[in-house]
Amino acid sequence: MSDEEKRIGVFICHCGSNIAGFIDVPAVTEYVKTLPDVVFATRNLYTCADDGLTSIKESIKEHKLNRVVVAACTPRTHAPLFQGTCQEAGLNKYLFTFVNIRDQCSWVHMKEKEKATEKAKDLLRMGVARARLLQAQDEVKVGVTSAAVVIGGGVAGMSAALSIADQGFPVRLVEKESELGGFVRNLSSVYQEREDAGALLKTIIDRVRSNPNIEVLLNSEVISADGFVGNYDIIIDTKGQERNDKVGVIVLATGTREYIPKGLYGYGQSPNIVTLTEFEKLVKERKLPKLSSVAFIQCVGSRGQDKSYCSRICCNVSLKNAMNLAENYKNMRGLEGTGAVVEAAAPKETPSEGGERRHGRRGRRGGAEESEEGGASEGPKLEIVIFNRDIMAYGVDHELMYNKAREKKVRLVRYTPKNIPKVSVDSGKLVIDYWHDTLQMQRRMTPDLIVLATPVTSQADAKEISMMLKVPLGQDGFFLEAHVKLRPVDFATDGIYVCGTCKGPADIPEAVSQGIAAASRASIPLARGFVQPEALSAFVDSEVCSGCGNCIEVCPFTAIRKNEHGKAEVTIAACKGCGNCGATCPENAIFMNNYSDEQLLAEAKAALQEAKG
Amino acid sequence: MSDFEPKIVVFLCNWCSYAGADLAGVSRYQYPTNIRAVRVMCSTRISAHIVLELFKEGADGVMVSGCHIGDCHYINGNLFTKRRVKLADDLLKLTGVEPERLRLEWVSAAEGEKYSQVITSFVKKVKELGPSPVLKDPKLVTRLGAAVMAAKYFRSKTLTCKEVKLTAKGNVYEEVIGPKEYDLMIERAIEDEYQKSLILTLSSQEARSVIELAKEIGQPTDRILEYVVALRAKNMLALDRIEGTTPRYRATIGGA
Ligand SMILES: Cc1cc2nc3c(=O)[nH]c(=O)nc-3n(C[C@H](O)[C@H](O)[C@H](O)COP(=O)(O)OP(=O)(O)OC[C@H]3O[C@@H](n4cnc5c(N)ncnc54)[C@H](O)[C@@H]3O)c2cc1C
Repeated sequence: MSDEEKRIGVFICHCGSNIAGFIDVPAVTEYVKTLPDVVFATRNLYTCADDGLTSIKESIKEHKLNRVVVAACTPRTHAPLFQGTCQEAGLNKYLFTFVNIRDQCSWVHMKEKEKATEKAKDLLRMGVARARLLQAQDEVKVGVTSAAVVIGGGVAGMSAALSIADQGFPVRLVEKESELGGFVRNLSSVYQEREDAGALLKTIIDRVRSNPNIEVLLNSEVISADGFVGNYDIIIDTKGQERNDKVGVIVLATGTREYIPKGLYGYGQSPNIVTLTEFEKLVKERKLPKLSSVAFIQCVGSRGQDKSYCSRICCNVSLKNAMNLAENYKNMRGLEGTGAVVEAAAPKETPSEGGERRHGRRGRRGGAEESEEGGASEGPKLEIVIFNRDIMAYGVDHELMYNKAREKKVRLVRYTPKNIPKVSVDSGKLVIDYWHDTLQMQRRMTPDLIVLATPVTSQADAKEISMMLKVPLGQDGFFLEAHVKLRPVDFATDGIYVCGTCKGPADIPEAVSQGIAAASRASIPLARGFVQPEALSAFVDSEVCSGCGNCIEVCPFTAIRKNEHGKAEVTIAACKGCGNCGATCPENAIFMNNYSDEQLLAEAKAALQEAKG
Repeated sequence: MSDFEPKIVVFLCNWCSYAGADLAGVSRYQYPTNIRAVRVMCSTRISAHIVLELFKEGADGVMVSGCHIGDCHYINGNLFTKRRVKLADDLLKLTGVEPERLRLEWVSAAEGEKYSQVITSFVKKVKELGPSPVLKDPKLVTRLGAAVMAAKYFRSKTLTCKEVKLTAKGNVYEEVIGPKEYDLMIERAIEDEYQKSLILTLSSQEARSVIELAKEIGQPTDRILEYVVALRAKNMLALDRIEGTTPRYRATIGGA
């Protein structure tokens, strides 16, 4: 391949005016023609449109091109399209390279056409230098074990398991607890329509239980996983016994736990200061004390107070519970006697509440923000206040619920992070002193129950699982998908997929959709029966390898092992081509396919030459 | 100096920094045109010798950018990146090229604005430093050649890849090494490797005496003699001839 004559074709995209408006594309095209081994260069209005793609295919034939360079938007979205086009014209897709002159050139230098044009020339010279050293690669085909394991039996995991099983593949559903259902087991009802959470779960669990393709393993955990897409050897610890299994794909759906607000808002100082989850449990178990005043506090321990993220669902969950109390309290109340804790509490007072009402501003979404008229439609008045930084009732239905809550006289009181409500417990009684931002005055309320909306947070064993499966966690401890927008349920590692709240806060509809999405992704290798990993892997030159083992140590995917001659050997299907071993090898015995030292240096050094033309 | 337009090579990892750079474009954050980006799968791919090689070719600046620590798509590749850039940095200091010409940055896929800021500030810094002095100074080229060579050595490469293990899990004797100690240990080792490489590079150009080498390198003669003895023992340096009473040595392996 190396002594074959190189015939490079270059296609430069105007991207309408996105590129051509800020870069002199004709000048760049003329310049490119002067570069070594470039036998053809042209420009297209849109290279990614039909006529652009056709021009690539025809030019490959007409000019006998054996390397193709496209200068356009970004390889992250468009490389697969052009690689496919090359392949259709009989050119190995590894003989294609992409030059980004839009996202990283024309769009970021919109006022410097001349310099941007010079930069585009340099970038093309770099791309051509790289193209000259590209080598055709064969993608190896590897067989697949047509079975899946789903880790976690919450709504996300169950939905994934059902969907894979319905496509005809056997699934092991591994659940740590003694029951399926996950976090939803804590809930009594779920929004919007106060649907019975238990009934909802039962529907899914029954479908799982009756599906012949699903084997449910309770009190079980996956304790080891080795291999790569299509071929995983796993060990499941089930009720204390180890069982070896083979699967082709792994779906991770381990969910979340609630954040415990230690030291925040008097948590722990009174049984009547509870988290949102504890509140849900009280409702579910019908242990709710008798109430006449309830305060919810939002964003407890999230959005910078401890965790940096917004847990996203808590606004809606608090609204749900507030609405529930406002409309349905008499049916939720604890059975007589169980609510004794609060019964002794003194009568409520909310000093100068009248004033607040008079001065009450109409909220931005209208409605009775400060109204204090009767909460529950029947029986004694139930006061409900939600202290919030801002209510994020995202989506159509939740916004409606928000409006309805205000109609039901749920009071929404805003606080700022600099001035958070102060909770104290005064001989058993709860007191909240808070700054009323709208009224610009200090106020006090004495609720019977304070509910702290804490974020969901990653599982205690997330780190262990991340190491076992060799999949990354993000900064907040949730599992990190390959790409938020383009590959939301894939891990960067092929063959492992992620869904539900273990990858970040989500509600049931979202967790279920993700479960089904992950199942559909996971079924692709199972249905195809083979996998063809991208040929980016590392290669060890066994003549040069000294067997020092440095590469084995740094490989994050255990894709390198010592063979029977004491030399390093790469398992191609397990290698992701990160290059850690290549950069580590003291003998320079490791060659990175498509990202070799030689290619990188040629590309980078070309940047340092001057454009003559 | 105002019309000096530096050429800066930036290595971007595919998953975070390249995506962050794309996002800067999508959001139209403007930044200076002086950077030329090279995409790699992971920033860990960039060995110190690649960086140094570019400085040897006259790059005014080099930046390596990857995912934030903890966010690497290859689990912990960027921990090694940090080490490798440190190695390049240590060697750069030894050559006398301003280490500010090399920068390591963490830019996530969501940090388009940060990317533009990082680039803007780096370009400004390099403009302040002025054009790279390397191509005008053969001595610097020689030294960078030695640095490239030193970066490729077994000891440098091995030490850069063992940090995670040695500082967290301990060596074979289960002695855990503190990060500060480790840095110091590496710095010493690197300096050794660099001096040896420089001796080899200089004595591959012509046969050299110890005194000459000491003068050229700016180190005491006894120290250079120690290195010469060590290199001879490894057959990397051989006696070329004796001039009067002064032995002259020549490298047996090609210098850079
Ligand atoms: C207070 C509160 C109220 C909510 N109310 C609503 C609502 O009204 N409506 C709504 O749509 N959503 C609501 N949600 C959100 C809802 O609970 C989640 O969307 C849902 O539980 C996510 O399901 P999941 O399957 O992703 O995770 P989970 O439900 O957390 O399930 C994960 C499962 O994995 C298991 N597991 C964990 N680790 C392992 C392991 N290592 N091996 C094996 N198994 C493991 C767990 O035991 C669990 O069964 C609420 C959440 C909270 C916190």
